Amino acid sequence: MSSLQTLDIAARSATTQPSPDVRHRPAVQEVAKLIDVSTCIGCKACQVACMEWNDLRDEIGENVGSYNNPNDLTPASWTVMKFAEVEPEPGKLEWLIRKDGCMHCEDPGCLKSCPAPGAIVKYSNGIVDFISEHCVGCGNCVTGCPFDVPRISKADNKAYKCSLCSDRVGVGLEPACVKACPTGAIHFGTKEAMHEYADERIVDLKERGFANAGVYDPAGVGGTHVMYVLQHADRPGLYSGLPKDPHISPLVSLWKGVAKPLAVLAMAGAVVGSFFHYMKVGPIEPKEKTGIDGDTSGDVEIIEGPPPPPTDAARVALARSGPASRADVPPVE
Amino acid sequence: MTIRYLRRYPDSTRLNHWFVAMMFIAASLSGLAFFHPSLFFLSALFGGGPWNRVLHPFMGVAMVLGFVFLFFAVWRANVMDRVDVEWMKNAPSMLKGDKAGMPPVGKYNAGQKLVFWVFGASLVVLFLTGLIFWSPWFVGYFPITLRRIAVLVHSFSAIALILSVITHIYAAIWVKGTMRAMTRGTVTEAWAKLNHPLWHREMTGNDKP
Repeated sequence: MSSLQTLDIAARSATTQPSPDVRHRPAVQEVAKLIDVSTCIGCKACQVACMEWNDLRDEIGENVGSYNNPNDLTPASWTVMKFAEVEPEPGKLEWLIRKDGCMHCEDPGCLKSCPAPGAIVKYSNGIVDFISEHCVGCGNCVTGCPFDVPRISKADNKAYKCSLCSDRVGVGLEPACVKACPTGAIHFGTKEAMHEYADERIVDLKERGFANAGVYDPAGVGGTHVMYVLQHADRPGLYSGLPKDPHISPLVSLWKGVAKPLAVLAMAGAVVGSFFHYMKVGPIEPKEKTGIDGDTSGDVEIIEGPPPPPTDAARVALARSGPASRADVPPVE
Repeated sequence: MTIRYLRRYPDSTRLNHWFVAMMFIAASLSGLAFFHPSLFFLSALFGGGPWNRVLHPFMGVAMVLGFVFLFFAVWRANVMDRVDVEWMKNAPSMLKGDKAGMPPVGKYNAGQKLVFWVFGASLVVLFLTGLIFWSPWFVGYFPITLRRIAVLVHSFSAIALILSVITHIYAAIWVKGTMRAMTRGTVTEAWAKLNHPLWHREMTGNDKP
């Protein structure tokens, strides 16, 4: 929701020229939010802080049999705690709570799909932000996102998602959810620092018996600026369907990749090619100049349709008369 | 001297054609605005990005509905036959300017027929795939993977349609006297003899082509 005037734009949707990037990397450090699932208690303070800072009030929903409230991300709920009761090993119940929301991909599928210039930007620090006044409401970002995050509001037909509190980060504050977390499960800092902290947590978790503990920073989307520490990093699907190997769909890459310039080239080529064809070959035109447009001299006769087929009697008469046979006339369509 | 014209299209078909043509221009320009960033400026013609998004599907549906009537008016004359294969084989030399080797053609030649069927097929595909991501009305009923397939197929069929229309328009410019078939409904006898001799013979009942 921030202005384009920050001069810290690394990428801009539907833009073929460079974006304002004078303070380009590495001058600007990449940031990341680290969510340590193993220390989250599911209190939803982060959800409340997000609502408060962004001034969002979602509708009161329905209980669908879990602690999720609301059950999924909405245009007015940019982060949602997802509660999963799973058995990673038979007989060993675990309650895995994951704070869902935008992952702020290094290679954002939403930005790649967006047709509106500047409606989605990625800042030099890695935050992916929707600039709502440029949004046209087409829903392409939903098509492009590998994590199913953007939501289109029914009220204003604009796309919404977590901004990683780009307005707070821009003035040196941490995101609201980080500020509110009572157990310190959400950390914010440079991406490098977050990886260092995650490594410490992973050592700790491994000592406690979580042999597959690890950090979730999927390479398929170039890494993300929201990362998780997971007890079962080998099975991210346990955490309410976190994708194991997210990447921009090849369908989207084809559509917004090679197809785009090739198709424009083909269309322009057809027009230019036709023009040169005409200049080389010239028109096809009848040699007789009868009835050219605008020629009003003489009588005009319009043949409205094929002559009626001859009656049987006429056909017999015609056959008898000999040379004027009509047998060579091709059958009428 | 009497000038003879041949009726090629009744008023209804002509008006129908131009309605479809207008809707095609509107739908294709608004669609291209969202296809490539360099063409986004076209959205200004429709009142800016959001209006472009709102109007595009309605103009597309109007084009498809208009084409349904056009389809039933002319499809019979566009059924391919054996002569069309022969025509296609000789088409390259005609493009080089040598029309002598072309087999005699009825109301439509094979190129026209092909363009007609590409129009029909691409419009059906555009309509069906477009519904899948028509925001905000129908998009909610379809899973994201299907939407990804739909936008890709929609783009490809739109390109096929636009390329066919470019061919269609160029052919009308290239073959002199064609345009009045759609502006006035009639063509000159000389045009018909040269370009559609079998149709000319059918219309006039004349033995001599």
